[in-house]
Amino acid sequence: MHYSPLNKMIREAVASGVKEIVLNNVLGQRFIGNGVRGDAKITINGVPGGDLGMFMSGPECEVFGNAEHAPGNTMDYGSLIIHGSAGDAVAHSMRGGKVFVKGSIGYRGGIHMKEYEGKRPILAIGGTSHAFLGEYMAGGLILVLGIGQEPTIQDRGIGSGIHGGEIVIRGDVDEKLLGVGAKKVEFTEEDLKRLTPVIIDFCERFDIDPSQFLDTNYSRIIPASSRPFAGKYTWE
Amino acid sequence: MSLGSVPLKYKISIDRDQCMKCMRCVDNCSYGVYRIEDDKILIDSRKCTACHRCISMCPRDAINLQEKPVDYRSHPLWTAEAREDVINQARSGKIILAGMGNARDYPVIFDRLVLDACQVTNPSIDPLREPMELRTYIGKKPAKLEFTKNNGDIDLTTKLAPNLKLDTPIMIGHMSYGAISLNAQLSLAKAVAKTGTFMGTGEGGMHEAIYPYQDHTIVQIASGRFGVDIDYLERGAAIEIKVGQGAKPGIGGHLPGEKVCADVSCTRMIPLGSDAISPAPHHDIYSIEDLAQLVRSLKEATNWEKPVFVKIAAVHNVAAIAAGIARSDADAVVVDGFKGGTGAAPKVFRDNVGIPIEAAIAAVDEKLNDQGIRNEVSLIASGGIRNSADITKSIALGADAVYIGTASLIALGCRVCGNCYRGLCPWGIATQKPELVNRIDPEIGAEHVANLIKAWTLEISELMGAAGLNSIESLRGNRERLRGYMLDQGLLDVLKIESVGA
Repeated sequence: MHYSPLNKMIREAVASGVKEIVLNNVLGQRFIGNGVRGDAKITINGVPGGDLGMFMSGPECEVFGNAEHAPGNTMDYGSLIIHGSAGDAVAHSMRGGKVFVKGSIGYRGGIHMKEYEGKRPILAIGGTSHAFLGEYMAGGLILVLGIGQEPTIQDRGIGSGIHGGEIVIRGDVDEKLLGVGAKKVEFTEEDLKRLTPVIIDFCERFDIDPSQFLDTNYSRIIPASSRPFAGKYTWE
Repeated sequence: MSLGSVPLKYKISIDRDQCMKCMRCVDNCSYGVYRIEDDKILIDSRKCTACHRCISMCPRDAINLQEKPVDYRSHPLWTAEAREDVINQARSGKIILAGMGNARDYPVIFDRLVLDACQVTNPSIDPLREPMELRTYIGKKPAKLEFTKNNGDIDLTTKLAPNLKLDTPIMIGHMSYGAISLNAQLSLAKAVAKTGTFMGTGEGGMHEAIYPYQDHTIVQIASGRFGVDIDYLERGAAIEIKVGQGAKPGIGGHLPGEKVCADVSCTRMIPLGSDAISPAPHHDIYSIEDLAQLVRSLKEATNWEKPVFVKIAAVHNVAAIAAGIARSDADAVVVDGFKGGTGAAPKVFRDNVGIPIEAAIAAVDEKLNDQGIRNEVSLIASGGIRNSADITKSIALGADAVYIGTASLIALGCRVCGNCYRGLCPWGIATQKPELVNRIDPEIGAEHVANLIKAWTLEISELMGAAGLNSIESLRGNRERLRGYMLDQGLLDVLKIESVGA
């Protein structure tokens, strides 16, 4: 089935008040949940195509399979729960809600995520991430647990150009993997307290024992400045 | 060792016999050129930007401005500008930031193109007497139409793609709230609603004051995705993906934190005072396939009810790039030439990167025609369009419509001083300071901008009538109506026009 009629059916169903949708045998259909508002729950059995939940505002999509390019792209609110891995640009420019990926993600995860007032997006990853995680990040939280990974992340460019938000990575992160504008700070008990609900939420969704993650063995990466380009220019 | 100061850019003088010390210059100058001391108006010319606010407000015409009052030893290569840029960067070690469009003395191709008029063999058309069709539809056009007969009725079975309906081929390009003030944007919005055309919101979301005019807006989604959510996408009459901008091809933009006031923060959906950084590329578009995915994603999100435009800067390979975009389900390609304006751009980009819009339109139109897909996509030209002649020539070279930017700001008072990035615009345009923004009355501003669009529309119909054309479709891509005057053969070949006399 082509993505267009499929998405039309989803939109019409959600608009008519349907609260639960199950999609079976999904095979690369793009844009599922795209721009959908409301509080419906969409279960996806299979592998959805690119831009899953783009511009989505409210619903929850749970994927039993991997996801493709840019799930959670410019997502406004709602959640994506992915029981597998995902491609590049996961949660690109996401401004609210949460994206949980049980496995690993590709390049440019959480790039340019941003927050505003009450909206604080969360990207949590069970495995690892490729390069440029949280590049140009302007707000929100990225959490990488590194399950089955040692060290958690080996790719470079973490948080390059970051000017808001925080990236929290299990274990130590080699300084040379940090991008320009990012700095590593200590992960405190206070931080743990703050993040505990996110860790527990993530683990519960994937049936993982959270107790192994409830310590301060994390690296916290934050912006060196909220104005990374302030000193770059002179006037004509 | 000190490098000392460079000479004044502008020298302000007051004719003291004429001056009545009304203090309007003191009140109007937001750069602090004037001050009052012991009942005397003192002048600090070094702060002057040549914005002309004081001159335009002086009731006695007592103020005079002289550019470059101090000479350097003249030199054809080491111009004053070249020397001063070196001094500036030797001092600062930084990138030079500049405003408005390309300030290099490149030849203007528009000024080397002349239009045609009827004489004897076919009569010109009098627009006063005959209807002139300037209505323009922007969007995909079907290659053919299919009908079914139904008991004497004829029904169209071809599914038509959504189009924007313009009463004039003039639209206002994307200038975001943040880059310009709300009163400036509101003036533009009211003007396009009055004149049956459209304006771009720029990348910066939409302020609720613009909502009443949303049916006349094209919302923009750029690499920073500021202010973009599903409500915003649904508000616009069309959606534009900004890939590049003529004033600074290949790079992103930074709205400095000091311009992010409470309202700007709200429409962009970012924290107060934080830099709004648009990266150079869209990080979900690393290929033409990714672009197609974003175009379709926007269409899916808005139920395939809105045309999606893709805006690129005019660069060397623009025709091939536009042809790729045309295959991505985009409804229009916007090509922005290297003379296009901006609130701020690194000077080295503004003055050196990209190609002129005239050559870009001709090349894109030609390529799309060659590939048989010109009907699948509309072509919007922008970047340095100054008058109705430039618009008429753009359409004759192959554009469907144009975006104007700087011209619409001049209609609001802008005098092209090029200091937009400082946030102190005394005309209330490129600033967020309430006392300056209030200098624009959106009702009056809208009237001026609407007047400009109306006047140009009238002139276009006169030019068309003179050429014996009564419909804009007959002008579009009609290079026979253009001749090149003192253009070299290479450029004549690119523009696919003949020389004058031929």
